[in-house]
Amino acid sequence: MDNTNITISSTPHIRSGESIQSIMRDVIIALLPATVMGIVYFRLQALLLIVISIAAAVIAEALYQKGTKQKVTISDLSAVVTGLLLAMNIPSSAPWWVPIVGSVFAIVIAKQLFGGLGQNFVNPALAGRAFLLASYPTIMTSWVTPGADAVSTATPLALLKAGSFDQLPSLTDAFLGNIGGTIGETCALALIIGGIYLIWRGVISWRIPVIYIVTVFVLTALIGRNGVRMPIYELCTGGLMLGAFFMATDYATSPVTAKGQIIMAVGCGLLTTLIRIFGGYPEGVSYSILIMNLCVPLIERYTKPTIFGALPKEAKKA
Amino acid sequence: METLTFKRGVHPPDGKALTKDIPIKVILPKENSELFFPMSQHIGAPAQPIVQVGDHVKVGQKIAEAGGFVSSPIFASISGEVVEVGRPVLTPGGAMSPSIVIKNDGLMTEYEGMAQRDYTTMTNEEILAAIKEGGVVGLGGAGFPTQVKLAPPPGTKIDHVLVNAAECEPYLTCDYRLMLEETDKLVKGLQIVLKLHPEAKGVIGIEDNKPEAIAKLKEACKDIPNIEVATLKAKFPQGSEKHLIKAITGREVLSGALPASAGCIVDNVDTIISIYNAVALGRPIMRRVVTVTGGAPANPGNYQIRIGMTFKDLMEQIGGFKVAPAKMIAGGPMMGPTMYTTDVATVKTSSALLCLTPEEAYIPEESNCIRCGKCVDHCPMGLMPLELNALILRGDGEGFVKNHGLDCIECGSCSYICPAKRQLAQSIRATKKIEAGKKAAAAAAARAKAEAEKKAAEAAK
Repeated sequence: MDNTNITISSTPHIRSGESIQSIMRDVIIALLPATVMGIVYFRLQALLLIVISIAAAVIAEALYQKGTKQKVTISDLSAVVTGLLLAMNIPSSAPWWVPIVGSVFAIVIAKQLFGGLGQNFVNPALAGRAFLLASYPTIMTSWVTPGADAVSTATPLALLKAGSFDQLPSLTDAFLGNIGGTIGETCALALIIGGIYLIWRGVISWRIPVIYIVTVFVLTALIGRNGVRMPIYELCTGGLMLGAFFMATDYATSPVTAKGQIIMAVGCGLLTTLIRIFGGYPEGVSYSILIMNLCVPLIERYTKPTIFGALPKEAKKA
Repeated sequence: METLTFKRGVHPPDGKALTKDIPIKVILPKENSELFFPMSQHIGAPAQPIVQVGDHVKVGQKIAEAGGFVSSPIFASISGEVVEVGRPVLTPGGAMSPSIVIKNDGLMTEYEGMAQRDYTTMTNEEILAAIKEGGVVGLGGAGFPTQVKLAPPPGTKIDHVLVNAAECEPYLTCDYRLMLEETDKLVKGLQIVLKLHPEAKGVIGIEDNKPEAIAKLKEACKDIPNIEVATLKAKFPQGSEKHLIKAITGREVLSGALPASAGCIVDNVDTIISIYNAVALGRPIMRRVVTVTGGAPANPGNYQIRIGMTFKDLMEQIGGFKVAPAKMIAGGPMMGPTMYTTDVATVKTSSALLCLTPEEAYIPEESNCIRCGKCVDHCPMGLMPLELNALILRGDGEGFVKNHGLDCIECGSCSYICPAKRQLAQSIRATKKIEAGKKAAAAAAARAKAEAEKKAAEAAK
């Protein structure tokens, strides 16, 4: 048979159905409950910031790739994820241009300048948030109460830091997200549902989120704040759930090895607790993840899996 | 019963439903067709022709002698006239091999030398000789001469003879059909091997997606004290020799070592049946069961063909293609080489002809590695394919070797699972060849240097 349309290629000849796009789609689906709760609590302003943030991230990626004559890869949905995650990290009271600045920084500086998808060494959304926090500290730490009134308030973590235990919202409110905070971080329940979805779909491993959260739980239970120990309450406040399930698990900036993921998670938990209790900021999730991002190459170097049929050490020397 | 397995690996869709319930059908080569017998259809030295142009040969007659210790003889699978000796013919792996060409007279006259034997009274030497003279090689794909494998160096203690009945490659069902249809030969063949290694236990390892085969062999072995049937979890690459040993015995064959070092001999289903044919019936390897499958063939199924027939001849007899194939694979989709024509001679190790439609053969575009780590999570050898791929792209061959790139078994699990569709296994395979070549060249250069120095020293004396 003479068929000139025959493909000759190296093995394997079949590929799994999973793609970057399907993974990113799963991350977006997992973020939906928290997004919806953010809009429920912080109303139209939250929706507006989310839409602007996503649009800015996607447009920034497309323009950068066009300008540098690369293939435009916005259809892989990774820019959508970055834009959405950044919006989750912004207070609902922020002006409209804040997510644009953050998204452009995240996509162009943190992601594309280092080689694009998978090549960035820090999480783009977190880098965007850190940039905004350093540039506009007042805007980025002005919190409002959920609901139509949106009067200014303090986050539970700030209250804890100040020792104002009597003004704290109830644990139920903290768990459901009816507290001050960024758009997407307040509803622990919605974030846990999204995280479980990602683990169930095999997009992320349980190791980083579970070990991160457990580390914070154990350390806050041990250390306490001036003798007050409320570890479960601390887990439900601040950006811990968002960070543990959606930020620390970012593929590009977390170890690929199982042992490495455990080290990364313990490191994140340790730094978060230390910053929260002893640091100058009330919250330390973003910075601890960013710091651990920088340690990933080193962690990976020392946590390589043992190969099948590895020779015993003595035999190797001989 | 407990389901045995190994760490990591992948679960590709198995595609076996296309052919698994279709009984083996016998296909004879057409009268006056030419059959091709490549001299290299095993690992080791090519066989040496012992017939001449014009000779008339019969079914089962030896036409080429083993070309060395690690080699295997070749037999005529039909009767007819030798029309050419040494013609280069395309083999399924893509190499051209000098071949004997025989024109089929269609009579299928049998060679007189083939006679039944009572293997229970044969000595080990006689059994090994019969296996060698039966042209038996590893039919799972490697084609290593079986008589060499069955006689490990003195002092090696063999306590397990494993039958590799995992058939983990998607689409393939030829071993499965043989287990159902030639159960008795398989069990007796294993008993012959166990006669050579009386202290060993025989274990037939079958994946749990073949419950009928497990039941049938369990029934057949129930009164045989030294043979067991082990149920393995269906997972690719369970049929890898090292991973079969790991799953069944818990032992790890060390990097660079052979199964015998872990006390194991592993043979494929069809190899064991061929041992029975060679020893008990005196019939050498002349036939084999080929799974013809995929979306393109009109009539997928399992066909018992005569070795030396071309795939073209086979396809013509079974109704050809319903869709023009976009890719033709001699073997399974994970590890089988592709062919650009069906004008290729079948050889002893031809287990399948997988013909894919354009949709099935689609190769997705590569994108950036997103470092999801799935290749690391699934590599059965515990390697980091993403890192090896990055080293290759950087041209760092030394780093590739240092990070155990040469331990890769080329199963393709990394490329299969990669969501960025990167050519991981493909790049690793190519680099393994380059680096292994460099290693061999360096060793040869060192030897030559040592010799030259020795000569120079002698001359100085």
